[in-house]
Formats: sequence, C-alpha cells, structure tokens
Amino acid sequence: MELGMYSFGDTQRNTDGSLRSTAEAIQNLFEAIKHADASGLDYFGVGEHHTATMPASSPGAMIAAAAAATTQIKLGSAASIIGTDDPVRIFQQFATADAISGGGRVEITAGRGSSVETFPLFGYSLEEYDDLYAQKLDLLMAINNADTELVTWSGTVRPALDDLAVVPRPASGKLPIWLATGGNASSSARAGQLGLPVSYGIIGGAPHRFAPLAELYRRSGAAAGHAPESLRIAVGALGFVAPTKKEALDRFYPGWHNLNVEMGRLRGWPAPDKRAYLEQADAPGAYYVGSPDEVAERIVHLHGYLGHMRHFLQMDLGGTPQDQLLESITLLATEVKPRVQRLMAQK
Amino acid sequence: MVIGAQGHMASRGTIGILGAGRVGTAIARLAIAAGYRVKIATSKPAADNALIIEIVTPGAEAVDVAEAADSDLVLLAVPLHKYKTVNAEALAGAVVMDAMNYWSVTDGDIADFEIDDRSSSEVVAAHLNESRVVKSFNHIGYHEMEPDASTPGSTGRRALAIASDDTEAKARVAAFIDALGFDPVDAGDLAAGRAFEPGTDIFNGRFSADELSLKLHASLVTA
Repeated sequence: MELGMYSFGDTQRNTDGSLRSTAEAIQNLFEAIKHADASGLDYFGVGEHHTATMPASSPGAMIAAAAAATTQIKLGSAASIIGTDDPVRIFQQFATADAISGGGRVEITAGRGSSVETFPLFGYSLEEYDDLYAQKLDLLMAINNADTELVTWSGTVRPALDDLAVVPRPASGKLPIWLATGGNASSSARAGQLGLPVSYGIIGGAPHRFAPLAELYRRSGAAAGHAPESLRIAVGALGFVAPTKKEALDRFYPGWHNLNVEMGRLRGWPAPDKRAYLEQADAPGAYYVGSPDEVAERIVHLHGYLGHMRHFLQMDLGGTPQDQLLESITLLATEVKPRVQRLMAQK
Repeated sequence: MVIGAQGHMASRGTIGILGAGRVGTAIARLAIAAGYRVKIATSKPAADNALIIEIVTPGAEAVDVAEAADSDLVLLAVPLHKYKTVNAEALAGAVVMDAMNYWSVTDGDIADFEIDDRSSSEVVAAHLNESRVVKSFNHIGYHEMEPDASTPGSTGRRALAIASDDTEAKARVAAFIDALGFDPVDAGDLAAGRAFEPGTDIFNGRFSADELSLKLHASLVTA
C-alpha cells in the first residue's frame, strides 16, 4: 500500500481571518512536497484548483519544480481538469517533469474537476462538458500510447493532429494516466473499459460504500480484456495525523471550518456543524483524522472493501498551520506507513 | 426480454428511473428494498448499462427509455443541463418525479433556468408538457438517502417535500416516499417547490415532518 497526500494549495490566514498571499501558499506547498519526499511518503498529488484559498492552479509547473527537488516520491496531478485544458500541453509538461525526475516518478490524473470555474476561465462552454472530457481523454491516451513522438488524432473539440510530433517522450515510454472520479458508476465502468487505473475522491459518507464501484471497475476491465494487475485503485480523502486523536481533531477543525464557511457563502449553506465534522472523523466516516494507530487501522479496513493500492490524504485546507501540516506528513510517512504495512502483512 | 428481468412481478408496482448516476442508483436501491420493480434507462442502450445495474443496483433491470417511461412512477435524475434531451413524448401521461436541481455555483449557469424566477421543476414541466410532474427527492443528498431512510413512525423520521399541480400524482408520489423510508410533506403546487431549492433552509437541512411543515409555512408567509 502506497501512502501519500494531495493538496490544492492552502492560503494561510492572518489572525483577523484575512487571506495571506497565494505566492506564500505555493512556497508552502513546495516545501511540503520536499518534506514528504524526505520523510519517505510514496505519493504527492497537486491541484488543479483555481481559487484564492486553494491556488494550486498549475500542477505541471509545480511538479516540474518538485521533480528537481525530490529523489523518490511519485508526483502527480490530483486532478488535471482535462476538459478545459489542452492534452498536448498537459502531456508535454508532465513528460518534461518526468525527465527531470530521472524518469518514472511522474503521473497524470485526469478528471472532470469538482467545480466549473475553469469553463469561464479558459473560455469553454458547459454545454460541451461531456464531449470535452471524453475527447480530450481520448487524445491524452492517444499521445501516451503512441509508439513514437508522432501523433495522429482527430475530434470535434480541438484541431486534429496529423502525424505531428509531441515531445519529449517519457523516459520509460509512457506516463501512468489515472482517471479521477467522485463515485459516478459510469465513470468506474469507463475506467475499467479503458484499462486505466482509477482514483476515487471520497469526500463524504462512508468510504466502504465505494465497494460496488470497485467491483464494477474490475469487472468492466476484465470484460474488456485488461489484466488484473493493470486495474489499480487509489483513494484520496480528507485526513490529518497528530500524536493523539484529540490533537488531530483540534488541528484539522479550524481549517475545515473555514473552508465550509467559504463554500457555504458561495452555495447558500448554513454555518458548518461541528457534530458533522466529528461524525465524519470517526469510523466509518470519510475523514482520516486521528492518531497514527487509528488512521492506519481505518486505511487497512477500507482495503478490505476496495483492495486499493494507494491511499492519499488532503491535509491542508482553510489555513492549516504549516508546522502542523509538516508534522502530519512526518507522522503519515514514519508512523502510519509502517503500521499499515504491518497490518496488511497480518491479513 | 429485458436484461436482468425478475421472474415475478413485485407487488408494489413499477418504478422507471431515467439516469444511472448517484441519485438514480440510490433511489433504485431503496425502491428495490421496498418491494418495487425497478427499471433503469439512460441515454445509452440498455445492454451498455447491464453490468452497472447488476452490480450497483442489484435486482433492477436495464431497459430502454420507452420501457422505463411506461412505469407507474418515473424518476427523472439526469444532469439538469440535459433535460431537453429527455423524450417528452415517451413520458406523456406519466407521473414524473423531478429530483434535479438548478445549482449554478456547482454546475454553472444554464440559460433556460436564468431567464425567470420559476422553480427548475416548472421549467422542466414546460418541456414535459404532457407529463404529471412532481418535484421531490431534490433536497436530500444522494449519500444521505440510504442512511436516513427509516420505517414509518420512527422517531425523528426524515421528511421530504413534494410539490405538484396534480393532486392525484402527488398522492402516488407520497405513498412511494413513505415506502422508501421518509415522511412525505405536501408543499403545495409546483411553483411552491421554490421553497426547497438550493439556497433554502430546507435544501440545506434535515427535517422531520413537523419541522418541514413549519419551514414550508414560514416560506409561504414571507414569499
């Protein structure tokens, strides 16, 4: 089981609640990735997100910088919103970062995005939402699966490529491309049919309710002739690790509260409810907030339902203090990971 | 021959569901548990949905749109921006439960729903102009449906509002809601459905029948 984290960037707050700079958030994110690498974490996912509180808008640039400053950690997007971006450019950026990493550490996760702000930002129409996603995923796969740098593709949402060079090629031939989904059944079926590894974003409710989707994914993949070992599942969820459960709950709550106040203002929600937070932060809820023992046990428990090979946590949101984030990363890598390995070995 | 057809007719009646997303499949599972025969259709051919339905909603049948439309009740749970692709002719005369929401902050602006202040279900009903449209199931999260369902008379049983211009259709949907595990509360005509759309207290909260009635009454007073 690989353990990791993902971040959309986390803009810090002044004591009066006002936002500090988004540049500082990017510097903090860069520091967190280097710290995760040095601590022994397996994976770090970056963005894509486009708000003042979560400003990691450019995973390709961030990952290229991180690739140069790390030695072992796998780096990916979480996720690249491919419908409103150019797959040629995404591929070139990630293949460049892959070369800088020494080869084999850079991945792309393709997703629809959980919100729609990239549509006005990049000038796309929501009416083409499904077409944009399907065709651009197809193009991204066509580039990745090409035997040479020359790519031929045609569709309706973007000009065709007729034997055009897309360079650089990844050091090991191809980049891992994951499909991100929040739990729509047809997305799991599609990932299986395409033979792509799937990344579930589980942000609420009991994660084990994804078990039928995992089964659907694997059976769809098998029916399409894909080998079982190519059908891999990752789980991304909110979480935070501290020496004790109480410290973890107390450290993660202010940021969770801030985020929900902000989203509530946009979406017309009432003030966030601490009981809902506490409920989600206990088994079988969606938040992996706790001591190393508890977080490890809950990850392994979920493995019994999903058989996933990677579990990664969003641990910085709403202005989580940087020193607490770095400690959570340390604990995830040095305390949770060995516990997970031990528990998995006992199964 | 439909795919996954059961050898018997369930006694409660047949529910057709248009849309195999998170809302459609959650309601399908509740309906199957309550003893309904459930038929699910999407814009894809039935055979393409067979595996999804076998695994995600065991006991339901993958059918085409015409067959799902020919059910005692039809649930409409497709992405709202696709509402005009729903075949109005196939749904002529049907009792159609509209579980969809217009929520521009998460789904973006859709011009048809920005032009006036009608409820989204009134706009949908203008398209399905020969159907008996009932607004319901829109103010509960898909992930809350199964955990929050409970037997009639349970303490604090969660309530769901219904709004329609068709009294008889509303009564049939009320019985369905009760069978699934919620107390139905009549909000009034279809226009009254605005009281439980995104941004309202009702949309944001969880309420028992008494609480929901009070909230609906309050919204009428202030409207």
